[in-house]
Formats: sequence, C-alpha cells, structure tokens
Amino acid sequence: MSGLRELYQEVILDHNRNPRNFRRIEPASHRAQGHNPLCGDRVEVFLLVEDGVVKDIAFEGDGCAISTASASLMTEQLKGKSVAQAQALFDRFHDLLTTEAEPTEDLGKLGVLAGVREFPTRVKCATLPWHTLQAALRQQAEVSTE
Amino acid sequence: MSSPRPISRIDTGLDVERIRQDFPILRETVHGKPLVYLDNAASAQKPQAVIDAIAHCYAHEYANIHRGVHYLSERLTTRYEAVRERVSRFLNAASAKEIVFTRGTTEGINLVAHSFLRPRLKAGDEILITGMEHHSNIVPWQMLCEETGAVLKVVPISDAGELDFEAYRRLLSERTRLVGVVHVSNALGTVNPVKEMIELAHAQGVPVLVDGAQAVPHAKVDVQALDADFYVFSGHKLYGPTGIGVLYGKMRHLQEMRPYQGGGDMIKYVTFAKTEYADPPQRFEAGTPHIVGVIGLGAAIDYVESVGLEAIAAHENALLQYATERLLQVDGVRVIGTAVQKAGVLSFLMKKAHPHDIGTILDREGVALRTGHHCAQPVMDRYCIPATARASFAMYNTFDEVDALVRALEKVNRLFG
Repeated sequence: MSGLRELYQEVILDHNRNPRNFRRIEPASHRAQGHNPLCGDRVEVFLLVEDGVVKDIAFEGDGCAISTASASLMTEQLKGKSVAQAQALFDRFHDLLTTEAEPTEDLGKLGVLAGVREFPTRVKCATLPWHTLQAALRQQAEVSTE
Repeated sequence: MSSPRPISRIDTGLDVERIRQDFPILRETVHGKPLVYLDNAASAQKPQAVIDAIAHCYAHEYANIHRGVHYLSERLTTRYEAVRERVSRFLNAASAKEIVFTRGTTEGINLVAHSFLRPRLKAGDEILITGMEHHSNIVPWQMLCEETGAVLKVVPISDAGELDFEAYRRLLSERTRLVGVVHVSNALGTVNPVKEMIELAHAQGVPVLVDGAQAVPHAKVDVQALDADFYVFSGHKLYGPTGIGVLYGKMRHLQEMRPYQGGGDMIKYVTFAKTEYADPPQRFEAGTPHIVGVIGLGAAIDYVESVGLEAIAAHENALLQYATERLLQVDGVRVIGTAVQKAGVLSFLMKKAHPHDIGTILDREGVALRTGHHCAQPVMDRYCIPATARASFAMYNTFDEVDALVRALEKVNRLFG
C-alpha cells in the first residue's frame, strides 16, 4: 500500500475532507470553470486581483480527493502572491508532477502532491484547478483537460 | 467492520474454473496481485479459441475476400460468409442477408441514422430515445436533428433506473419517426422491456432500433421474437475482437436504404455516369472489411454458445445478486440503479471516497473496474452525480473475486476513514 500512502497523504486527506477557501467570491475580478471529462470532475475558481496581486482566491466544485486537495492547497499557497509568482509556481508544480523534479521550497505544502507522479492517470486531477486558474487569469470562461 | 451476515453463493452449475482456464489473461497479475477483472461492460477478455482463430487466420488462411479467384481468397470468402450465417442464427434473423458487418455498435447506429432515417426526416419530426442511453445512441440522433430540424424526445427514468412506460406511451406520437432504446443499460444494468416497447411502437407504425451492446453477452436475443427493426451490437463485449460489430436490419428496410459509404465491394456496376449499388448487406460494406475480425467474431460466438447463454446468464445473475448484497454491507456504499430486471452491471458510490479515488485504490489491489460517467452523462445528471464506480460481470468471474472487491472497498474506507 506504500504507493497509495504516498498518494493519499494525511495532508491531502485533510484538505479533501475540509477544503480551505471552499466558497465563491462575489464579485470576482477573475473566474473560470474547469472540467475533466474523463472522470466528471468540475471546479470553479474565483479570484480577486488588485494591482497584480491575488487579494483573495476561492473555489467550488465536485471532484476526487486529489483535485479537491490540490485546489484547496492552491488557494492557500497563492493568496497574497503576485500573478507573476502564481504563474511561476504553476510551472514548478507542473514539473513536480510530470518530471523527477524535487519539490522546491516555494511550493510549500503543494509538495505533498508529488506522489501523484506515480499515478499518471491522476496527474490531470491535480492540475485541473491550476489550469482553471490560468484560464481565469487569461479571462477564458472555461477550460477542459481534454 | 461488522461481521457480515452470511450471503448465499448460488451455485448454478457453471464450471467457472474450467472456463477461466480458457482465458489466458486471467493468469496475469497486476501490481503483484491476481487480476480481478470487473470491467467487462467496457470490454470482455478473449478466450484462447478467439486468439487462436485470429492467429491461425493470419498465419494460414489470409487473403482479401470477394474478388480473388485464387484458392486462399475463395476459401476465406466462404469462411467470412459462413460467419454471417453464424451471426444470423445467433440472433435468429430471418436471413443472413439481414446481417451487416460494422466496426461496432456506434457505427451500426450511425449507419441507420444516415442511411435509413436521414432521407425520411423533416423539420418537426421526432426521434424518441430513453433517459438511459449511451452517448452512441444519443449523439447520432442529435446530429440528425440539427441537420433537419427534427426534435429529440427522451423517455424519463425512475429513481430505481427503470423506464417510465406510461411516459413512453404518451411520448410516442404521430410525429415519431424512430424509437432508439438500449436493451441493457451500461451505466445502470437495467434491462428494458424492449419487446413491449416495440409492440407499442409498431402499433403506431414506428420502427425501433435496439442497442444490444450490453445485452448480447448476457442473454439469448431473438430479433424475430422481439420484432426489432434494427438490432446492433459489438464483437468486443462478446469476447470477440475490437473493431467488428453487427447491424441486424429487417430486409425490407435494408432494401430501401441508401449506402453508408461509397467504394469497392458495395457496387454492382460502375461507370462515370452512374453506379448501381449492390444488394444488402454488401451495399453497406464498402471497402475491404475487417476480415479477420469477422473470423474472430465467429469463434467468439461459437465459444459463447458452447458454454451456453442461459448458463452464463444464470451465473452472472447469481454474481450480481451476491455482489449487491455484499457491497451494501460495506459502510457508505450506495447502489445506483436498482431496477427489478438487471443484468451484469453494479454501479455504486461511496460516502467517503470519490469514484476516481476508489478506482485508483482498487487498481493497486488488482481489481479492475470502471469509474466515470460511462459515456452516459445524462444518466449521471439524472441522479445529480458526477460519476460512479462500476463493477460488471462476465462468465469467468467468481464469488471469490466479489469478495476481493469487497475487501478492496473496505481498504478505501480505512484509507479515507
């Protein structure tokens, strides 16, 4: 069960059970919906960006433990960061899941998602909230992992 | 974990251990665990007889068919056409000429949409389907509706996943041009009363297409007894190869239908001025067909009938009943699809874990099942759920494998507890 324990670490299970920033922001400066047609996961990301800084970020949706925890951890990590920092973090997070890259310090708790790389079919679950974030920042209304 | 109430394993007399010997893949291990293959509704595994028939055909019998005068071509043409006879007997069609080989169920439905319904459909006409159709029995009709201004009507289903027959009666109208219905739902397992539905449709002169993809592996189908106008299925769910399927159509319909694709093998005579089309079924089989797929399909039908569809159905029903009762003992399990008449499919949810997480954890235990919307998103919407986990059974599954599934689900609960 070692691979599974790597995947479903306590932090992930906790964020799945009690997702942080699980709410809407009204009015939001940026928002987008993400969809993974493979498993039916849906997530909506809301942002309040002022002067290039993420003042507030939240999400709603219905997904598996990996996508829910990833969204929850993402909102925790990005609040107060600049949009440029958010983009850089996504690039490192993406590397963490798809290469052998070691977790860098600025990833913080997001490092717990490194175990997903052993489960290729689940990488899209972890990246869905981030792709949705990108779509929101680019003012696209919808994104799909297809 | 509470100690489970004893649940009976009904022995139907099917020699499952002997059958398992015929399927080499069942000796594989996955993540170091014996494979427990419960994704049969997606595709069934292949018996050695089918694998051998395919290999033997390529090694000793192969040539193109229907055109060579040489020995191999003539011999394989005879064998190919013999499978058409075989399928015809399997479905109890009136004639082998009513059997069209397709790439699968999806192509069969698209063929009927294009060649049968499209020329006779106009704005305001209606196509009637049910709320439990696979996307393959929704999208082709939607495309026709977009093209012609016809309207797609949907018969609702109950909380148990049963067709609302009274609504069906009401929705059949003088504008209905075709009824499309799934014989056995791939997402819910519901067996639909297709005979009664066809009777009612015919009383109003409406033809009926039955999607038999999930039905044919689990029960004896008699297209004449059903009086179906069209019946479609796929070889790969019937222990045969992928890329080969069957469209049964009543000869009077097939004769009136325009070709599906133009090309070689579907013509009588070609000049640049005009082409005279071949008679059914060749009219619908343009180009070199999946010859070896047909040979494999023939071997699969021989295998299934040597075991006996009645015996297979009895065993699968016993497994389904046992699995349903065992799963309901697992904390937080909810079964989606509780129709009285079910076949082969057990869709479920768990309170603590999303289907996708269930699928990953079960996979590490060697248990293969399907998670997701099963190409039936409207069914998921009907229950306001994004997805389910689905165990589906075949002749080679055992009660011990159901126990392995249950143990793996208990592991899910421990991990997510």
